[in-house]
Amino acid sequence: MTSLAQRKKFTMGDAKESLVNFSFILPAVILFSIFYIYPFYDIFRLSLHEWNGIDAQKYYVHFDNFKELFKDGNWWRSMWHAGIITFFALTFQNVMAFALALACDQKIRMKKFYRMIFFIPPVLSEVVVGFIWMWILNGDMQSGEYIGILNYLLDKMGLHHLITSWLSNPDTVLTCIALVHCWKGFGWGFIMLFAGLQTIDAQLYEAARVDGANSWQIFKNITIPMMVPVILVVIFLTVLGSMQVFVLIKAMVGQGLQDYTSVPVSEIFESMIGLKRFGYACAQGVSFGVTLITISLVFKLLSTKVKQY
Amino acid sequence: MAINKYRAMKVSKGFSIHLLLGLVAFTCIFPLFWMLRCSFMTLETVFTDKSIIPTAFHFGNFIKVLTEEKFGIYFMNSVIYTASVVSAIVIIASLAAYSFSRLRFPGKNFFFYMFVAAMMIPLPGSFVPLYVLINKLNLVNTRIGYILCMTNVGLSMSILLLKTFFDKMNTDLEDAARIDGCGKLGIWWHVALPLARPAIAVIVIFNALNVWNEFILAQLLLTDTRLMPLQKALMEFQGAHSVDYPVLMAGLTLAAMPIILLYLAMQKHIVKGFSYGATAG
Repeated sequence: MTSLAQRKKFTMGDAKESLVNFSFILPAVILFSIFYIYPFYDIFRLSLHEWNGIDAQKYYVHFDNFKELFKDGNWWRSMWHAGIITFFALTFQNVMAFALALACDQKIRMKKFYRMIFFIPPVLSEVVVGFIWMWILNGDMQSGEYIGILNYLLDKMGLHHLITSWLSNPDTVLTCIALVHCWKGFGWGFIMLFAGLQTIDAQLYEAARVDGANSWQIFKNITIPMMVPVILVVIFLTVLGSMQVFVLIKAMVGQGLQDYTSVPVSEIFESMIGLKRFGYACAQGVSFGVTLITISLVFKLLSTKVKQY
Repeated sequence: MAINKYRAMKVSKGFSIHLLLGLVAFTCIFPLFWMLRCSFMTLETVFTDKSIIPTAFHFGNFIKVLTEEKFGIYFMNSVIYTASVVSAIVIIASLAAYSFSRLRFPGKNFFFYMFVAAMMIPLPGSFVPLYVLINKLNLVNTRIGYILCMTNVGLSMSILLLKTFFDKMNTDLEDAARIDGCGKLGIWWHVALPLARPAIAVIVIFNALNVWNEFILAQLLLTDTRLMPLQKALMEFQGAHSVDYPVLMAGLTLAAMPIILLYLAMQKHIVKGFSYGATAG
């Protein structure tokens, strides 16, 4: 009762206490306002201007940047490339991650060892991963021998028809990038799915087995339904991460084969650094961001729908 | 008969599981092994000698990359950025998370959901306005500009994680400290922070990974070679001498080793981090 009465009256002491309590979050709020909220506002403002990034003068062009972007073939092509990489990540990478998580969830030896190894690629930087694979996939020859280890092994195994310069051949370069992206990323999905599998109550499995269910039935009727929330999170993060891939590609192929390897972030970079069109770069960033937010909202809706069942 | 068949099935199942796991583990390790192996070779032998263990070990690449190519400086820059950003995040995020979890002030929920929303909204082109801002503040080519940007990047996730941890933490010790006359700041520093060590370990490892491996902002904000971190230096090195693979591999080894060692040392916290993350989100 007394506490209720105290709460109603807001005294000078309360105000001072609130101020002290607020001061705990003040450093975070200041940093966040300057380096997140202001750029967030600025990207929308700049997207309506034509500006080379240097001059004091910015030209207000209304929605012209967005209209131009809509008709920009290079932009849509880059979205297509990112879409292909995302497709690989969603299918190959996530199926692999799930299979490995299931395998590690069995009663087997060396579980911890495998878990430790599978998370090494994700801790490496995209620059390091890109350069290592660039060297492995190297297609050049020196004094009659292939210098990249992959082509060298294919040569020694007699699989000559498979040998190609992987990263300078337009037919293979995007697939190679997508597969290296999967190599680097599957550990994230693996560890999340593994953590999810660990939370499923073992009694559920036992009860099903007592009732005479076989492994496939147990997988279909217990594991999958219990894992749906985690699977959705993994799919969501895979889409966001794969659509925004850029540094890996820059490391693997540099400026070469732009027509076959451009992605939205590299296009934004090119508009900003190469073409000095900051407004256009911001318009690209905004529409790409809106695309990603739309995707994530669809997932949010899906996951709440699924959780209801 | 039936028992033998059952046992045979079990053994073959175990074998196929180990085959799958072993094969994937091999593809995870082999590229790193190949990098390390090639970093000990010379420009002459690296193209011709394809034996698993090179016939002669050559340490010159590491000396060359550290001195001639100045990777010693870039390595120290990366250490400086990672250490400063991680310590800034631990202090700032734990202060905020403690306040969100334990203290009362008007607008608390608004501010908390502001940080959460930032985590949910992807802003892929944000490096453009961020560069414009840093330019306006005259912080291009300064350590502090890059450190502040990167601190902000890790802030939301760290606040959310620490707040979830504080929410579940018992308040008994904090109450005892308050009764003994300890102030709020003192309780945060002497009681809450030491008790939150497991959660702090998680945010240290994830933010260290993030800063050590960051490239895009470093590329834009740090053009002065004396301030470059490793990732950017590697990219520039590759652009300048595209054929010196052994030295490049030595540079990659230098960039990869600290983070792999940190990961191996703090491995158990990562799985734990994902279970916190699961309950937080």
